[in-house]
Amino acid sequence: MTEVLQAILAAIPSASVELVRNPGPSGQHSLLVGRDHALAVAEFLRDTLGFDFCSNVTGVDWLPHKVKQTVLRKEGADAKEVRETVEREVPGFLEAVYHLYSIAKKSGPLTLRVRTGDRAGDVSVPSLTPVWKSAEFQEREAYDLFGIRFTGHPDLRRILMWDGFADHPMRKDYVAPDDCEYEPTPHGAVLARVNARTEAA
Amino acid sequence: MLDEELRADLQKRGIFVASFEGLYNWGRKNSLWPLQFGLACCAIEMIATAAARFDMARFGAEVFRPSPRQADLMIIAGTVTKKMAPLVVRLYNQMAEPKYVIAMGACAISGGPFKEGYNVLKGIDRFIPVDVAIPGCPPRPEALLEGLIKLQKKIGGQRLFGANRARHADAGDPADYPVPVCGAHDLVPPLNPAVFQPRPVRRAEA
Repeated sequence: MTEVLQAILAAIPSASVELVRNPGPSGQHSLLVGRDHALAVAEFLRDTLGFDFCSNVTGVDWLPHKVKQTVLRKEGADAKEVRETVEREVPGFLEAVYHLYSIAKKSGPLTLRVRTGDRAGDVSVPSLTPVWKSAEFQEREAYDLFGIRFTGHPDLRRILMWDGFADHPMRKDYVAPDDCEYEPTPHGAVLARVNARTEAA
Repeated sequence: MLDEELRADLQKRGIFVASFEGLYNWGRKNSLWPLQFGLACCAIEMIATAAARFDMARFGAEVFRPSPRQADLMIIAGTVTKKMAPLVVRLYNQMAEPKYVIAMGACAISGGPFKEGYNVLKGIDRFIPVDVAIPGCPPRPEALLEGLIKLQKKIGGQRLFGANRARHADAGDPADYPVPVCGAHDLVPPLNPAVFQPRPVRRAEA
């Protein structure tokens, strides 16, 4: 992964690419690519590094959240190092995730992440369909369910929900229509809804 | 009505006596033409039911019609998504009376495992009347045959005249059921109150 990162930075020095480490035992690290150079990076990955197959495109909805970070800080006259936990607010954003393989080199997956500016207005990322044709339907799916707008996509329409649908159901703040009023053994939130409805009627 | 004992006695002597209603129902119950369409994995079981091993032809229901105009049985075989629901209701409206509906599988009955999902209709009985519901996920071909036999029994017992006549014999019965529209957030309307009233369910207080 670091070799890929270095190759990208050597070829496209202006690109903002960083390695996102996965601390889990699987160690599936990924590359976070800035929106401005995503298309150039994708073309480089395909043409020079041989990632000729994009198997999966999906989305992630990141709500605004807090990140705790432990930093070392020098304090006092003797410059003693002090550990300090800093809490940082991260604004919400949407993320498109691409899984790339190289059939020619029998390698992969390489995980590529591209992030939008926020979750409401600035939700566009460049489409990678011009680079990998197989991304077309899956980018449409990510647009349909997450509301990520892929600029440069040849045919960006909803693919699963109907055209007049207004919401993006896979977003974390999506509220499904309340049509679950009958259930043989209601429990939890459904039971509360059923009882509220019965009392209102 | 003819006495059953007398009828059996006459039959032994070579005289067959039947009511018009009985003959009519006998004819149509043994020649049900299902509409040829499947929605999900239940359709695979439906296809198996129609094929050689289970052979739905034994019960006279093998003529799957690709047009609703020629079909009189609709087998809802699988998950009905909200996107598909208006089309299913429209196909039902296009079928000629008398027509019957079998809801096959958990999804067609209630939404099944997708009941709390955002895109699945929680049972086709919200929009059209269902005659036989077959539970299962998916039901085996034997279960579909059992459902078909249940439907045949129901058809055989239907009255054509009188106060408790069949739905299709009632001139006041609606020929068309309202087709829902895919709205901005959900189907509009989400259910047809004329055919479906949600039953209030309360669990005993613990």
